[in-house]
Amino acid sequence: MSTRFNLFFLATGLLIGQVMWGQHGGQDSHEAPASHNHEEGHDHLEGDGKSGFDPSPFIIHHVADAHDIHLWGEGESAVHIPLPIILYSQEFGLDVFMSSAFHGHGDVKYTEDGKYALSHGHISLAGDGAHDDHADHGHADHGHDASHGHDGGSGVYDFSITKSVFGMLLILTLLVVLFGRAAASYRKNPGQGPKGLANVLEPLVIFVRDDIAVPSLGEKKAAKFLPFLLTVFFFILFANLLGLIPFIGGFNITGTVSITMVMAFFVFLLTTLNGNKHYWGHLFWPPGVPVFVMPIIIPIEIIGMFLKPIVLMIRLTANITAGHIIILSFVSLILIFGESSAVAGYGVGVFSTAFMIFMYCIELLVAFLQAFIFTLLAAIYFGEATHEAHH
Amino acid sequence: MDALLTPALGTVVWATVAFLVVMFLLRKFAWGPILSALKDREESIANALNEADRARSEMAALNADNERLLQEARLERDTMMREGRDMADRLVADAKAKAKAEAAREAEIARQTIATERKAAVAELKAEVAKLSVAIAEQLVRSELSQDDKQKELVTKLIDESPLN
Repeated sequence: MSTRFNLFFLATGLLIGQVMWGQHGGQDSHEAPASHNHEEGHDHLEGDGKSGFDPSPFIIHHVADAHDIHLWGEGESAVHIPLPIILYSQEFGLDVFMSSAFHGHGDVKYTEDGKYALSHGHISLAGDGAHDDHADHGHADHGHDASHGHDGGSGVYDFSITKSVFGMLLILTLLVVLFGRAAASYRKNPGQGPKGLANVLEPLVIFVRDDIAVPSLGEKKAAKFLPFLLTVFFFILFANLLGLIPFIGGFNITGTVSITMVMAFFVFLLTTLNGNKHYWGHLFWPPGVPVFVMPIIIPIEIIGMFLKPIVLMIRLTANITAGHIIILSFVSLILIFGESSAVAGYGVGVFSTAFMIFMYCIELLVAFLQAFIFTLLAAIYFGEATHEAHH
Repeated sequence: MDALLTPALGTVVWATVAFLVVMFLLRKFAWGPILSALKDREESIANALNEADRARSEMAALNADNERLLQEARLERDTMMREGRDMADRLVADAKAKAKAEAAREAEIARQTIATERKAAVAELKAEVAKLSVAIAEQLVRSELSQDDKQKELVTKLIDESPLN
């Protein structure tokens, strides 16, 4: 019992640190566009054509989802792995092609047939809006405001295999292969100790079962939720770790809000579908609460029901993205100082690299920790939903 | 920031489909077999441990039993030896006593025999002496005395006076 609580406090403590860190990362990137604008205004004022290194788009570009995998290089010499683009629009119907079909310089790229435009990771019909974007792309945020909010509002439904989707499929395939093989090895030597792959994965499986599922759900109900919890845990863990591998395009799968949203939604769905009488009773008529407080408590409880998975989603996204942003910020630091003088660049580079190594170590911890927290909280929510009344 | 925080429909759809498919695949082909294998193994390990514990306690009981048997055997042997020794002692003592008694009895008999023999010998001696004396006296008296009566009276008087007894 005590170890469980120790673990819980440790997790809570780290969580608070994480959230603060996450906010910090968020602030960083939030402030960045402002300085970006300011810098641009400054450029206009001076009339100086020299374009300095701007860390904000650099970082956002590396952290945000994309329609191809950008390996290295900039502009024309950039090396990309093209990914499939799958589009549906009323005008052109279903269109499938590779992202390498987009050509052009600057922020907006067009397909050769002139049907579609790609701007800041967003695909729209070339006919409307995109050209306007191109015209005043100096206001980077404007194009987004015009096109986001209602996906396909510009007439295109984008079902492309983006970088994050590709990464997710990669991780999920890896999961099937790894655990399929591990399961096969169990089948091959029944009653024997684990060997090879199974030996590596078994401690983690046992960790999820004995330290996450069983304490939150109890032996019996744990069996019901374990497939989901294990899948979520290993998906998040492997996706986090994939995001830490440099030079493969900087995957940020668990930092992609669409993907964490799906997982948080599954948690919400499972909690709601498995909620028993006791759970709903607590939600809509909390026992032991004076009646006059009910108008306050009940809305809070109902909001909380939705808030829990939303927080789950934001925590994971923010943590992973923030970690990436911090590391990229250190890279940017080198580039910024390197621009003013090579000596300063090398000097800062030493410290930046040291910090990056430090951050990588923390990120490794965070990769595991976030997988653990997401799974643990999901298990606790399931436990609350299926808890039998005994008081 | 918009690029980071805006969910994209396509990604959501792909993520949902892919996650569901993989979860059901894993549940059927990985989690099920792995978890049941783990459970089986844990049970078999727990069983084996219990078995070993029981075997150990059985062994201990057996050992204690053996020890007890050995102790009993030792005690029995001791008693048997003691009894044997006692019996031997008793036998020897009995034999000694019997021999002593026998010897005493024999001695007594011998003594009695000796006494009887002596008495007989004395009586016989007395008779012999009397006869001899008579013969001597007869010879003596015959030669000295002519008259029997007077001689006989003299002999008797002589014998009576002699301190033979």
